[in-house]
Amino acid sequence: MDWELMWDSLPRLLGALPLTLTLVFASLLFGAGVAFATALLRLSGNRVAETLTAGYVFVFRGTPLLVQIFLIYYGLGQFESVRDSVLWPMLREPMWCAILALTLNTGAYTSEILRGAILSVPVGQVEAARACGMSRVLAFRRIVLPMAIRQMLPAYGNEMILMVKASSLASTITMLEITGVSRKIISQTYAVFEIFILAGAIYLLLNFLAARLIKHTEWRLTPYLRTRA
Amino acid sequence: MKKIVAALALGALMAVAGGSADAKDWKKIRIATEGAYAPWNATDPSGKLIGFEIDLAQDLCKRMGAECEVVAQDWDGIIPALQQGKYDAIMAAMSITAERKKVIEFSNAYGTEPSMFGIPKTSPLAAAKFGAERVDLTKDTPENKAAVAKLGDVLKGKTVGVQTSTIQANFMEKLLPSVAVRTYDKLDNAGIDMAAGRVDAIFGDRSAVSAVLEADAAKGMALFGPAFSRGVLGDGVGVGLRKADKDLKDKFNKAIADATKDGTVTKLSTKHFGYDIAIK
Repeated sequence: MDWELMWDSLPRLLGALPLTLTLVFASLLFGAGVAFATALLRLSGNRVAETLTAGYVFVFRGTPLLVQIFLIYYGLGQFESVRDSVLWPMLREPMWCAILALTLNTGAYTSEILRGAILSVPVGQVEAARACGMSRVLAFRRIVLPMAIRQMLPAYGNEMILMVKASSLASTITMLEITGVSRKIISQTYAVFEIFILAGAIYLLLNFLAARLIKHTEWRLTPYLRTRA
Repeated sequence: MKKIVAALALGALMAVAGGSADAKDWKKIRIATEGAYAPWNATDPSGKLIGFEIDLAQDLCKRMGAECEVVAQDWDGIIPALQQGKYDAIMAAMSITAERKKVIEFSNAYGTEPSMFGIPKTSPLAAAKFGAERVDLTKDTPENKAAVAKLGDVLKGKTVGVQTSTIQANFMEKLLPSVAVRTYDKLDNAGIDMAAGRVDAIFGDRSAVSAVLEADAAKGMALFGPAFSRGVLGDGVGVGLRKADKDLKDKFNKAIADATKDGTVTKLSTKHFGYDIAIK
């Protein structure tokens, strides 16, 4: 083990942290929006909307993220119509391609988590809300959604952790996030073990924080489960 | 119990890491290549490794009286895996450079080729004129200096695609640090990105760049600028070996010398490159 090399490489690796965090936060944020819309459409009762969204979830859950990233980055760029379109200034950048792929991927998974959580809200709760005179929308907003979100937290925490790790695949499309920088340092020093251990430790720390955050939110949202002091 | 498990795990690790530490008679040699750097080495549609180095490896092995197995290995892990004993030699268009010599041993060079840029024909870069056609980076002539300076000028604000941990990536970092560089796992992917307009130029060994340009021939690409060689670009392509395996190095050196002398290298080179890359 070359401790000195590890110590010297640490600033370079940490320098890549903002990019990793940007990828993770942007895709989780956009992904949450996609997931919300998808889950609602899948439960909408509209046959066309249900089929379309089910198809989206099926495709993005059923194919590897790496393949999705390659298709979006290298695949779309081959079509002249895409290169001439208004979207090209964004799709030209590896950053947006990575965020797009990660967003669509996490959106598909999260929509399923959310859909399951919504379905798990007891019918009696909705009936009670309706009996109190709430409209369907109001009942959904005040009763169903808060309970569903509380319900989905553990599974969503898993998804967040998976996204932190999945962001490493952006390195395959020239992004110099933590894994990309690691590979670059390794290509100069050939110290695979030292550098990847360091990179692994940074991901571990990130996920430790993510897990704590989820745990804390869970605790905050379930006061009725705590024993009263 | 935990200690036993840990000891077993450690033992297994060491067995993997030290797999080649024991002396060998070199009757069997495993050689790694990348399989994505035509015409040096490539993979045909059925997954079989083909190319100049695959043919040359078979010839060298015959001369060394050894049985050889050529295996494919991704470029960015090719040196670490050699050190771990996953194979005994690298023949993957790897240039002999001072940096690499710090970690591995090289045989004498069996081929040499300059590095060149490739650009889309329609690029404004195509109009640039350089004073020299060939630039030997070890020679400090005014023409050479002017050519490198000119290159820095015309590439200002442009993005160049290179393959990771190559002499060309090193060239960009050392000589043109102000030019934006994107590194790819394979040069093919840099070519795809140039066709898509994400990078303005690619930089690699002349033959590899030509192969990429041919693959995208319909899109109209061309070689660009002078042919650069030596200096940070290394001293030809050699067989990469572990530092400990001096005996294997001697064997390769003898076989390479013989194959160069009797014209085998030239013959194989002409077959795959269309010209001679042998070191005379």
